[in-house]
Amino acid sequence: MRYVLRRLGFFVLTLWAALTVNFFIPRFMPGNPLQALRARTFNRLSPEALEQMLTSFGYKPHENIGVQYLDYLGHMFSGNWGVSIGSALGEPITKIVGQALPWTLGLVGIATVLAFVAGSVIGVLAGWRRGGALDSVLPSVFVVTSALPYFWVGLLLILVFSVWTGGWLPSDFNYDNTVQPGFTSEFIGSVLRHAILPGLTIFITAVGGWVLTMRNNMITTLAEDYIRMGRAKGLTNRKIMYQYAARNAFLPNLSGFAMSLGFVISGAILVEYVFNYPGLGYLLYNAVQNTDYPLMQVLFMLFTVAVLVSVLLCDFATAWLDPRSRAKG
Amino acid sequence: MTALLTTAPAAAEPQSRRRRGGFLRSLLRNRKALIGVVIFVIFTVMATAPHLFTSVTEPNKLAFPPALPPSSEHWLGTTSLGQDIWAQLVYGTRQSLVIALVAGFFATVLSVLVGVSAAYLGGLADEVLSMIISIFLIIPTFPLIIILATYAGKGTLTVVLIVLVITGWSYGANQMRAQALSLRNRDFLESARVRGERRTYIILAEMLPTMTSLIVANFLGAALYSVLTAAGLQFLGLGDPNSISWGTMLYWSQNQQALQSGMPLWSIAPGLCVALLGVSFALLNYAFDEISNPALRPVRRRRATP
Repeated sequence: MRYVLRRLGFFVLTLWAALTVNFFIPRFMPGNPLQALRARTFNRLSPEALEQMLTSFGYKPHENIGVQYLDYLGHMFSGNWGVSIGSALGEPITKIVGQALPWTLGLVGIATVLAFVAGSVIGVLAGWRRGGALDSVLPSVFVVTSALPYFWVGLLLILVFSVWTGGWLPSDFNYDNTVQPGFTSEFIGSVLRHAILPGLTIFITAVGGWVLTMRNNMITTLAEDYIRMGRAKGLTNRKIMYQYAARNAFLPNLSGFAMSLGFVISGAILVEYVFNYPGLGYLLYNAVQNTDYPLMQVLFMLFTVAVLVSVLLCDFATAWLDPRSRAKG
Repeated sequence: MTALLTTAPAAAEPQSRRRRGGFLRSLLRNRKALIGVVIFVIFTVMATAPHLFTSVTEPNKLAFPPALPPSSEHWLGTTSLGQDIWAQLVYGTRQSLVIALVAGFFATVLSVLVGVSAAYLGGLADEVLSMIISIFLIIPTFPLIIILATYAGKGTLTVVLIVLVITGWSYGANQMRAQALSLRNRDFLESARVRGERRTYIILAEMLPTMTSLIVANFLGAALYSVLTAAGLQFLGLGDPNSISWGTMLYWSQNQQALQSGMPLWSIAPGLCVALLGVSFALLNYAFDEISNPALRPVRRRRATP
């Protein structure tokens, strides 16, 4: 119980720190939203109307900064996120985010989990057969793939599978705009076809890291005495491999998974940009292009929350799997 | 090498000297490390003396007919704006390499400072510092970088460097702290404390040398991170669009739809360079791991015993 409370406390503190950074960056940096907005609307709206709009996301330059700060925190938690001042001028941010979120969750989420699972399994196999065919080739291959830039892999895949093959696989957007969205096989097929290349990009660049850490953990674990004990007892190789070695070697990978989600998000931004995939990352790119401050703030908060939640979940999973970590706190 | 070793005055720490020689040799004998070193050296030569590789002196000038295919004159063809791609590639090496080394260096210094002092000071200072480390670890850095670069205006080299250092140090700091914690109660530090040495002396002269391999690994990791992140940032158009670097080339090629308009080399070549530099750091890092942890070294396949 104490452990859970401690982790929750950390969760709240980090969230607070992120929100605070998020609040102060725009206020300390040169330039202000009002100017940006005036430039965007070509001076067609009166300054008062613009300020009115800006107040809706907590931008009140004349008020005490402390009051502004508290207002802002309240808005972030209550989901009162204001309206966009970017290309979709005046549209509520909750709506914009709501449209993009499922695409990112579907594409990035599934590709990342697949890469994690596949990487862990390959790592177990490579570590188990020390010096085998797998183990002599795989580490070098995956050191290379894990250092490749996300966007370059994306560009390469587009070149090979889309440009050279004359559009064999689609290279942008989430589905053909000639297809009506709905639960038809045609629509689902189109969505899947559009997800192949971006998904593959994330998979290729993410899988290497998992293979390498899992392999190294596996090798360290296999040297433990209880493995030898298991062998001496005459357990089957399968049992030693999966239930004795892999289970323990998996723990550090699990906590690494949560930590890596930040990197995954950064990759997702680039991948969605390369493939024009209308998810949250693409949204952030557009928000940056249009100096859409409220949207940027909300997206950054959402990214932080996503990482924090996954860290928390993995912490609890580790605590559940490994009694030792509960004691350490 | 061996001749040098035997003639060197053996009185001055013969042990560490032998270890260092062995280390260099194992670094060169490791295939991964060797490939990494070779790639890195080639890029370093390109960065310091670009004129050796190309006759073009102003790679950003629109001096040639646009969209030429690769030929003996323009090895990789020209861009749709009329620049020589190979020349841009060669001159772009410098900035990418500088970003990697400088950002990597300062991020490492910061992580050593914070990590080691957290572990050494202990108590409340440790609690606070490790809390800061964890917060920086968790906050998603790339969106933060994008937002920072937007607010700071078009990213000049300095802005990009500062942002990379701020966001890149926490991972290493975490490892430093863990290693320093494990060292804390070793006998040699205890004896230094009993001798009445100052704290700074103990940390600098006694602790840090034992952590060299971790620090180097950290530097390589931070450099890898910087190369990839800076390229991504410039690719999105958040760098200086007039600078000569691989990321900027990628930005312009994407801007001009190079893939779709039959100039794939324009975007594939700079991406490949980013990838190669990244791979060289990653290979060195991995080889370092193998050298300092013999259990991970590749083993020769044993002959099947009957």
